[in-house]
Amino acid sequence: MKPYQLALIPASFLAMATLASAGTIKPDDVVFAPNGAVSTSLTGTPGDPANGRKVFANRKLGNCLACHKNSDLSEQQFHGEIGPALDGVAERYDEAQLRGILVNSKKTFEGTIMPSFYRLKNGARTMKKFQGKTILTAQQVEDVVAYLKTLK
Amino acid sequence: MKKTTRTAMIGAFLAASLAFSAQAGGMNTELVIDTDNGPVKIITHVKNPPKGSPLSELYSGWVFRSKETQALETDDFDNPGMIFVEQARDAWNTPDGTVGKSCADCHGDPSSMKGLRTVLPRWDAKLGKLMTLEDYVNESRVKYMGAKPWKYGGGQLTAMVALISMQSRGMPVNVKTDGPVRKFWELGKKLYYTRVGQLDMACSNCHEDNYGKYIRADHLSQGQINGFPAYRLKNAKLNSVHGRFKGCMKNIRATPYKVGSDEFKALELYVASRGNGLSVEAPSVRN
Repeated sequence: MKPYQLALIPASFLAMATLASAGTIKPDDVVFAPNGAVSTSLTGTPGDPANGRKVFANRKLGNCLACHKNSDLSEQQFHGEIGPALDGVAERYDEAQLRGILVNSKKTFEGTIMPSFYRLKNGARTMKKFQGKTILTAQQVEDVVAYLKTLK
Repeated sequence: MKKTTRTAMIGAFLAASLAFSAQAGGMNTELVIDTDNGPVKIITHVKNPPKGSPLSELYSGWVFRSKETQALETDDFDNPGMIFVEQARDAWNTPDGTVGKSCADCHGDPSSMKGLRTVLPRWDAKLGKLMTLEDYVNESRVKYMGAKPWKYGGGQLTAMVALISMQSRGMPVNVKTDGPVRKFWELGKKLYYTRVGQLDMACSNCHEDNYGKYIRADHLSQGQINGFPAYRLKNAKLNSVHGRFKGCMKNIRATPYKVGSDEFKALELYVASRGNGLSVEAPSVRN
């Protein structure tokens, strides 16, 4: 391999990375259907259900168990009961609806206590370190959507 | 039906209804505290709250705690918060400041403070401001003792507030919401229902809409403050009302108001008014 060809390798990786981020829909650009559903993937990259399961349980990320029971995570103690149990949730909502609820729950359920996981403007007095940030990244949302789709 | 059977049935019915009155949705509401001055009955459940209350029934946070945690509050000897109260009693009797006087020199026994906690925060016409119990202690220290004010929310002040609050144990909370305090009460109410933080929640989302349910391992209460200052097993100290507000706001990723701020005093007044009718319970024991 000639030196200029070697130099092209990192360049092509860079191009791929740029493409991926260009494909990510920014929080303010997400399009909602009238029922709150979001039909377009936020990243274009298929969600990873195994990682979604981790994000779901992680107290600093989704922390979904704080409010929802989920028998698939029975190895975790103490499931909350604020929201509905998520057993079989994939039978009740399609992918677009699940994504919409995660991105901005209020578009589907007006006045809900549920946080909006991919929205920039949240409650008043948001701590500085969380300002201008979403609770989950676009890919983490896609991963959780992929995981929820396995709950049948 | 034979008379004996009927009597037995009536007896069973009475027993059942008594049991029901002591239980609310399976929760124990009977709290009697063994104190140095004999048993003190605590009102932990108000079935018919004052008119205008947003809650259909009132419950002390004690009702939502585990049996083990509840038990710690039933006897002052077992209540870990009393260690701090005893420290405050020493401070009560110890001269401080340039005047060389103690609290006791003017007020005698702490029992002279009986009833004060039930009406605070309140508007003080002489001082022309909203006063919490913390404010009164510091007002006294500065004006009459020539001493430095204690840090709002700090250990010394919170313990003294617990000692003074304790003199009203068993008496129902009865803060005023009209007259000059109305604007503070309105501000407190606004804060109560304002969604804050990245998690975008208001006090009401948990403590009005979802009390009695579990959020992970935590049994959500109505967020009543009749038991404050509260000894928490979590941090093994007495916690002030404002300290608790601060903790809640941080949990939902909001920048808290300052402990001792006008906002938290207004919120304290509003939340206290939501518990009008529950007994003063300080120092309570919580998880």
